[in-house]
Amino acid sequence: MDMTLPILILAIPIAMFLILGIGGVVMSRKMAGILGILGMGTTMVLAYIVAFTYFFSGAPEFINEFGERLQFQVFDYTWLAFTDKLVVKLGFLLDPISAMMLVVITTISFMVHLYSWGYMEGEKGFQRYYAFLNLFSFSMLGLVVATNIFQMYIFWELVGVSSYLLIGFFYKLPSAVSASKKAFIVTRFADLGFLIGILLLTFYTDTFNFQTLTSNPELVMQQCGGATFMGASVMTWAMILIFMGGMGKSAMMPLHIWLPDAMEGPTPVSALIHAATMVVAGVYLVARMFPCYCQVPASMDFVGVVGAITAFYAAVVACCQIDIKRVLAFSTISQIAFMMVSLAVARDYVPEGYHWHAPGLGYMASMFHLFTHAMFKALLFLGAGCLIHTVHSNNYTSMGGLRKYMPITHWTFLIGCLAIAGIYPFSGFFSKDEMLAAMYQNDFFWGAWMTMVAGLTAFYMFRLYYLIFWWEENPHYKEHKPHDAPWQMSLPLIILAAVSCVAGFIPFGHYVTYDGKPYDIHLELGVWLPSIIVAVCAIALATWLYAKKNDKPARMRAALPTLWEAAHRRFYWDEMYQFVTHKIIFGMICRSIAWFDRHVIDATMDGFAKVTQKASWQIRGMQNGHIQAYVAWYFFGAIALAAVVWFALS
Amino acid sequence: MDISILYYLVPSVLMFVFGVYGFLTRKNMIAMLISLELMLNSADLNFVIFNRYLFPGSMDGMMFTLFAIAIAAAETSIAIALIINIYRAVGNTNVTDIKQLKF
Repeated sequence: MDMTLPILILAIPIAMFLILGIGGVVMSRKMAGILGILGMGTTMVLAYIVAFTYFFSGAPEFINEFGERLQFQVFDYTWLAFTDKLVVKLGFLLDPISAMMLVVITTISFMVHLYSWGYMEGEKGFQRYYAFLNLFSFSMLGLVVATNIFQMYIFWELVGVSSYLLIGFFYKLPSAVSASKKAFIVTRFADLGFLIGILLLTFYTDTFNFQTLTSNPELVMQQCGGATFMGASVMTWAMILIFMGGMGKSAMMPLHIWLPDAMEGPTPVSALIHAATMVVAGVYLVARMFPCYCQVPASMDFVGVVGAITAFYAAVVACCQIDIKRVLAFSTISQIAFMMVSLAVARDYVPEGYHWHAPGLGYMASMFHLFTHAMFKALLFLGAGCLIHTVHSNNYTSMGGLRKYMPITHWTFLIGCLAIAGIYPFSGFFSKDEMLAAMYQNDFFWGAWMTMVAGLTAFYMFRLYYLIFWWEENPHYKEHKPHDAPWQMSLPLIILAAVSCVAGFIPFGHYVTYDGKPYDIHLELGVWLPSIIVAVCAIALATWLYAKKNDKPARMRAALPTLWEAAHRRFYWDEMYQFVTHKIIFGMICRSIAWFDRHVIDATMDGFAKVTQKASWQIRGMQNGHIQAYVAWYFFGAIALAAVVWFALS
Repeated sequence: MDISILYYLVPSVLMFVFGVYGFLTRKNMIAMLISLELMLNSADLNFVIFNRYLFPGSMDGMMFTLFAIAIAAAETSIAIALIINIYRAVGNTNVTDIKQLKF
């Protein structure tokens, strides 16, 4: 494959970032918007060409004679060569998941570019906003095509920075500023684990390259050998620490606290970064290193347990939020955790009694859900953006009964809700079904637990839907009539809704599987029937509770005030962090360190200075300006020196 | 008759010590300058003596002495010029009055 297109895919967004970032001040808003949209549109077309070439051309570098899809490095340029072994390369890796991610990222990014043109109209810093969007797109594309774990780490930090910049876009709002700091610090803390994991793994294997690491995981395991630390092997530690980076980016518990606050950013940014692309980087990372994870069952269990707890926790919290973006944020956390569990239950062999499954079914299902989730979650966020744009509030309490006023938003939002709830024939049904099949295959417990989470998902999504579009009309509408958004905002909604309707029928197993062989997705009655029954029951419950204004929800809340309050306050995780960081770390550890610094280290230095100063004050009288005194000092000094030398030598 | 080197060196050292003593004790700058010249001359004398006794065949020490005398003359003229200027500024040539050169 030619190098031109892959390089252009990365070069256009970064060039746009520089052009809009540097030249934006002299550009009109319209010009900046059109440039940004055209740039991203071109990138999207190029990414489609590359992905379609990869999947459909049948070229021998992409697919071998057995029909297995191969990993292909389009280029791998040596960037920094510190020693013979420690070489940092930058390259472009094409394989099923990176090609799929190219499509997802550029599509969503293009939709968000288009949508922002309407949404951000009149905002100060419009050009800067587009520049940051392009920086983010560049970093995310660089992350998914990374040929080695170090390149991934570099771009991983870059997406963190662009996320920070975009969350804090309204930098005059203190809440946005603190949210961006929180996001950056929490993910940065997680990335420390990631870095240590990378160093551990590559110290023993002498390579950063993904292909080398994943093509022969047994060798990696051997190289890490018998070295152990605190009862676990080095490989286990390395894989868990690498996953810690993923926990930070993908908002897994206990590092999830930044994502709900990240909703302070502009809504299209939440759709792009905090729903569809950046937050799935953790899932992508685990998928990338999947063969290595398979070697260490303990790390897989860790991923699974973290994912299962997070999925349930986020779903419960989402049921008690008032801010519609927070509901969607917790829904995102829950869905990403779903993907994590699906990866964790996948095995690189086919378990007994499941001969119709492919090895790594959960891997395929997780990637499938990543794809469909990106589409319908972006749709939901963009729909929420339309609502916020017209109602000027994030809370559902200022909404209600909007279905008559905003038909396009209503229908597309409903499609998004149906998709995430897993109703046939919307895309979420198919991907969720595959994930559940993979979970049941591993253990009945995983399947049952996650089916319950899926039911909760359907419940809180329809609670949100009814409270926005049904319930009762807000009296404010008489003064300020809500209306559908302009075409730049409606068009992405319609496109994404259409994708969410049909994406489930894509034969995803033919393109992305663990072993590269095509796999036909089939529905299993024992899996889809319970899940759809649970989903329908949950929707029915939500309809019963929230379709029309009534006092049932208030009575429920009054019956369990503690639980409601706890769930609404996200089970006090933020307060716990606040306590640990401010009271324990700042108040006790840092204060004592500061005392030591001020009273011991500074005092030592001050002491030196003071002694020197005092001594110099004492002896400055010797320099009295009397030439004869100087000469006397010189003369007797010379004699004394001569005497010393004389006696020393003799 | 064989004259020992000491016959030359002892007067030279005496001259030097008188120079030092004068330089340290006299308050008049002209007197200090004369003491300085005494020290210089004793050094010149040493050059000649050591050249004569250690390297009888060569003339290097003699040449150095001639140079040193010439340079000392130049230096003396500068010193006299300085002293004259100081006299104009301060009104006397007392060295204890010139102590602005401190810290």
